[in-house]
Amino acid sequence: MARSTPEVNGGSLADIAFLLLIFFLVTTTMDIDTGITRLLPPEPEEDQETEVQVNKRNVLVVLLNRSDLLMVGGEVMDRLDLKEKTVEFFTNPMNSVDLPVMEDTEVQFPPGSSSLLPPDGMWRGQVSKGVISLQNDRSTTYGKYLQVQNELVAAVNTLRNDFCKLYFDKEYDALNTANPIEEEIQTGIRKIYKMNISESAPKNIGGRN
Amino acid sequence: MSKFRRKKGKGLQAINTSSLPDIVFMLLFFFMVATTMRETEVQVQVKVPEATEVKKLEKKSLVSYIYIGRPVAHVARMYGTEPLIQLNDKLVSEEGIPYESLQDFVLFEREKLPEADKNKMVMSLRIDENISMGKVDDVKQALKRAKALIINYSARKEYREQGRQR
Repeated sequence: MARSTPEVNGGSLADIAFLLLIFFLVTTTMDIDTGITRLLPPEPEEDQETEVQVNKRNVLVVLLNRSDLLMVGGEVMDRLDLKEKTVEFFTNPMNSVDLPVMEDTEVQFPPGSSSLLPPDGMWRGQVSKGVISLQNDRSTTYGKYLQVQNELVAAVNTLRNDFCKLYFDKEYDALNTANPIEEEIQTGIRKIYKMNISESAPKNIGGRN
Repeated sequence: MSKFRRKKGKGLQAINTSSLPDIVFMLLFFFMVATTMRETEVQVQVKVPEATEVKKLEKKSLVSYIYIGRPVAHVARMYGTEPLIQLNDKLVSEEGIPYESLQDFVLFEREKLPEADKNKMVMSLRIDENISMGKVDDVKQALKRAKALIINYSARKEYREQGRQR
């Protein structure tokens, strides 16, 4: 019989593992990146001078001046009232003539996905033509700008979420885009509540600098 | 009585530590999986604003970072305290609008992506909340020109009570 191999001393294994552990603790981070994703409008072509005429009632001007004061549609407003105002602007509940035109639209959803839709899955309703025009001064602080941006996004998200809950009994955020049916639902809802936020080229608002 | 005395006489028994490595390895693997490598040293101070509508940034490989903030102390000694732009790990030291650097940066980063993902590139803007929008607008214009249109305003999750707070 061969000589039995002497047992390896495993006492220092813990030390080695600790060393590795501490190395990883120091060199890695745990923070997850979060943020608001937005799409920039593409740069217009050189020769293309587009001055799109938009009906005045379809535009909500959100203005942030150099002292971080907020003006919405001609009146000074607190940031926390902006969401409500935006929701009202996009839904026009009272069919007011000062708020955007609501356009009759058909949006296709997967057939049979909701009991509130006809069997062919065609949603017929009104979609707002409203556009929010966000303008800021060069001296506006970024934090304030993002807060306003956040409120606008929040308003649209709320509308989408309410619709999704009403028709599909699910949170909008919980829709799984890997699933083709749910992706179609998401695309449909996006057509009904568009993220119509336009950012004009920066300028100096309020004269003297 | 004699029972107790006998135990005392033997002294403390050594704790069996043979499973200690297993425990530590388990911890090690947890940290290896749950964390990401710190890739860049951020040379500007960035305190991103808070927002309620934040979403997690998926697919880290598609993301490039643009930092804007005032330089940290040891950098400030060289470059002064005016806000600077950092692209991934490179500090842009030039004054004014770094159109050129940004354009090159976008091209360079896009080149690194596989063909199918080239138009999915995300620019994560990690900007200090006290920076004025002028600088941010310049960067946005430059990104527009470079056709890097998907941007992500980095923000921390803000938890707000139901109803409104003043």
